[in-house]
Amino acid sequence: MSSSTDWPLWEVFVRSRRGLSHTHAGSLHAPDAEMALRNARDLYTRRSEGVSLWVVPSDRITASSPDEKDSFFEPAGDKPYRHPTFYEIPDGVKHL
Amino acid sequence: MAAGTASQTAQATAGSAEGPEAALQAAFDAAVAADERIEPRDWMPDAYRASLVRQMAQHAHSEIIGMQPEANWITRAPSLRRKAILMAKVQDEAGHGLYLYSAAETLGTGREELLDKLHAGRQRYSSIFNYPTLTWADVGAIGWLVDGAAITNQVPLCRCSYGPYARAMVRICKEESFHQRQGYELLLALSNGTPAQHEMAQDAVNRWWWPSLMMFGPPDDASAHSAQSMAWKIKRHSNDELRQRFVDICVPQAEALGLSLPDPDIRWNEERGRHDFGAIDWTEFQEVLKGNGPCNEQRLDQRRRAHEEGAWVREAAAVYARKHTSGAGPAVPNGKATA
Repeated sequence: MSSSTDWPLWEVFVRSRRGLSHTHAGSLHAPDAEMALRNARDLYTRRSEGVSLWVVPSDRITASSPDEKDSFFEPAGDKPYRHPTFYEIPDGVKHL
Repeated sequence: MAAGTASQTAQATAGSAEGPEAALQAAFDAAVAADERIEPRDWMPDAYRASLVRQMAQHAHSEIIGMQPEANWITRAPSLRRKAILMAKVQDEAGHGLYLYSAAETLGTGREELLDKLHAGRQRYSSIFNYPTLTWADVGAIGWLVDGAAITNQVPLCRCSYGPYARAMVRICKEESFHQRQGYELLLALSNGTPAQHEMAQDAVNRWWWPSLMMFGPPDDASAHSAQSMAWKIKRHSNDELRQRFVDICVPQAEALGLSLPDPDIRWNEERGRHDFGAIDWTEFQEVLKGNGPCNEQRLDQRRRAHEEGAWVREAAAVYARKHTSGAGPAVPNGKATA
């Protein structure tokens, strides 16, 4: 019985209010996108937590590998000059 | 997010040659020691994974079995207000079950497998739900004591070392606080009501107090999983510590309710700065755990029946989805998703 009715997994993203981006809330099972949206409404917005929902099939997400977390993100590691705090500005200089 | 867990499991079992395994273990230990979270695609020891699956499955099962004793009273709630509240609460329990099943699935164990094991009696749920709800006041006692004990247990789980479990617990704890307060308010109304209502409230507290204390699990020296779970930072406090906290919280709350706790040995211990309380009947706990509680059979039967009777809905939805996706591409209801 199980394999024929195993519903795919969906990731749910909720926009909590207008002006904010959608953020990941969790996942759920549903047979199709429409039911995934309805289930997401019932599961993740029971207390008006959202004004907009996205559902994405989990198997459509490509993720970076945790094994290469050092090398993959390494290029940004030695570039502190990308941050404003890298620069020394004399005391008293304003609006900078 | 469950993506990638299968390959991760394969990798974890394949890498058993000393060198890489030891390095992975060291990285895992360092992450736990530094209070970092372990995420689904990280390497983790098999025993850590198994222990989490056991605990999270039991937790998820408890949420959905826990719907039964209270749902028993929905049709007989004394007012529309109380009925709406109780329905919302039972619906929350279903939601909590789903958060936890999702979190458990990130460890590579499928939803069907978890439900099958529950139905076959191979995974447990909290023994508290094997007690009956005999009167309306039981709904209040469950909210105050059972959900109160659950919150005491669950708040530290928000800092559990496994990320998806911790995140599910954050969401659950936020919602549980309504559960506890509605129960307390319900008991307060009864306690301040007619003598018969007051007596009903007292009777419910008398029956639920000891089973609630058992919810924290066996004493520390008899708890099979405690020490390892604490080393892994899945658990943050011992069973006895959490139980003590709960007693200390409840004593003044009971006073404010005008109800007594059914333990003549409860008294303030000046030296410890905490309440002493009487000995728990662990034989009863073991019996209920073994399946000999008042409602074990009924709870599991109803759970199996609900699953079987819902089979046609699941099948129909799956057929509908196949029909609609095979034809005109994916069934996306309202078009354009843009990041």
